[in-house]
Amino acid sequence: MNLFNLKYKPLGSIAVLVEWPKMIDRNILKNIIQFKHKINADMGEYVLETVPAYNSLAVFFDTGKIKYSAVVKDLKEVYESKDQKLLRAYKLWKIPVCYDDKFGIDLDQLAEDKKLTKDKIIKLHCSTIYDVYFIGFLPGFLYLGGLPKELEYKRKERPRLKIKQGDVGIAGNQTGIYPRMSPGGWNIIGNSPLRFFEVEKFPPSFAVAGDKIKFFQVDIKEYNRIKKEVESGVYVIDSEING
Amino acid sequence: MDNNILILSEGMHSSIQDLGRKRYRSYGVPISGAMDKYSAILANKLLNNDEGDSVMEMTLVGPKILFEDHSLIVVTGADMSPTLNGIPIMMNCVYGVNTSDVLRFGDLKFGVRTYLGVKGGFQTELILNSRSYFNGITAKDKIEKGERLRIATYEKELEVTSSKIKVKSTHFTTKKMEVTKGPEYNRLTKKQRELLFSREFKVDSLNNRMGYQLKNKFVPIKNNEIITSITIPGTVQLTPSGKLIIMMRDCPTTGGYPRILQLTDIAINQLAQKKEDDSFKFHLESSFDFLGRLVNRFKD
Repeated sequence: MNLFNLKYKPLGSIAVLVEWPKMIDRNILKNIIQFKHKINADMGEYVLETVPAYNSLAVFFDTGKIKYSAVVKDLKEVYESKDQKLLRAYKLWKIPVCYDDKFGIDLDQLAEDKKLTKDKIIKLHCSTIYDVYFIGFLPGFLYLGGLPKELEYKRKERPRLKIKQGDVGIAGNQTGIYPRMSPGGWNIIGNSPLRFFEVEKFPPSFAVAGDKIKFFQVDIKEYNRIKKEVESGVYVIDSEING
Repeated sequence: MDNNILILSEGMHSSIQDLGRKRYRSYGVPISGAMDKYSAILANKLLNNDEGDSVMEMTLVGPKILFEDHSLIVVTGADMSPTLNGIPIMMNCVYGVNTSDVLRFGDLKFGVRTYLGVKGGFQTELILNSRSYFNGITAKDKIEKGERLRIATYEKELEVTSSKIKVKSTHFTTKKMEVTKGPEYNRLTKKQRELLFSREFKVDSLNNRMGYQLKNKFVPIKNNEIITSITIPGTVQLTPSGKLIIMMRDCPTTGGYPRILQLTDIAINQLAQKKEDDSFKFHLESSFDFLGRLVNRFKD
């Protein structure tokens, strides 16, 4: 495991915030996930939860008399320890998206400003394998990295009050799927019939930090068929396991 | 058989809360839980319940509740002039209730949030290990008129209690918010830091379970954006326009603004009892040795 120069800071009195260099980078993501696994394996008894973000990992502790300086010392030792913990194999999830005009309400605007055809935008969006960096903002909202440069597009100046569940959007250099209805400023290019957060399931989100996502285009007929299958609980999301 | 209460009127914003959902932050699930944990835990302690049993949280205007079964109850937090069958009852004092008793709330004397504890706690749906209402996780985010809520069954002869304690009024009136340094505190200039701890801040009208905005504009940080990172209840964020937003119990798990300060858990409880135009000053805790030390200071 590569070693980065990490910073350790208290996050209130309940967590230690570990920070990596300030950039969004696939190697940092990998390093964060590896450290997360090592912490869970070596410090599991007194760690409540480890929560990743782009370039940080918050390590939450159960309340009790734990010395901050001792915890940081433990964390540093675990980070630098040589033993390799078995990494959970990451999964590549294949996500159906319908880019029909009915859903892709900002596609025209995007095509005009970017001087690309709608088909080209869809092709670019579907040609990339995205990294799941973490889940945040809303339950089940995946922060995805890897949007092709040609598709980078500024956030809407006036956020919409209602973005539908399953809407797929672009904002800056990010793309993402709204797991439920919410206000939001992303440019909407399509909709996925899948559910990205289900309280009755464990885990409630099928994808986790470190997994990968690939979108594929479906027409409205296929979209409706998948949606029905999702609703009746029989749809199986196509995925590949990779070491 | 189920024991129930019936909501005759709903008040302004009443919900069931416990100590919240832990271990689901990685899925983007907010913690939620009682805004003023001190008062919620106090209600449970007085009833000899578990600390984490669920209670009803009411905001500014309380509901009207009909008991359909026997139980023990206690009212803590903000004083909304509670009455049982028209007779005033004391705050922080356990009372027995019988079938057809009616609990009402009246004028708000101090504070913002009141807690109703029942013996054994409310038995609403348990989702992701918590009964705390949160839109999108639980079916409802507030209690509605005409609905029945299940409460734990109560064996009447089991215990007779006359617990009552006195809560310090400073819990509601303090003008001192204890904070520690946030992860981006070091980005503040010396002048900004001086200003931050010498000024009095006022609570804005935009305040709810998710966050409290402050009225006063503050000097924004140059080069303001941070890469989206973790936020927790009590995190003080500084926006590019100079707004200070204090995250509360229902806050998102991540945010993109510099986190300049972090309220202690005690300060979050105290802020939860403040409303628009209430003022306070931030007070920097010199240092702290123990993770969790500030969380359970119940006996102070």
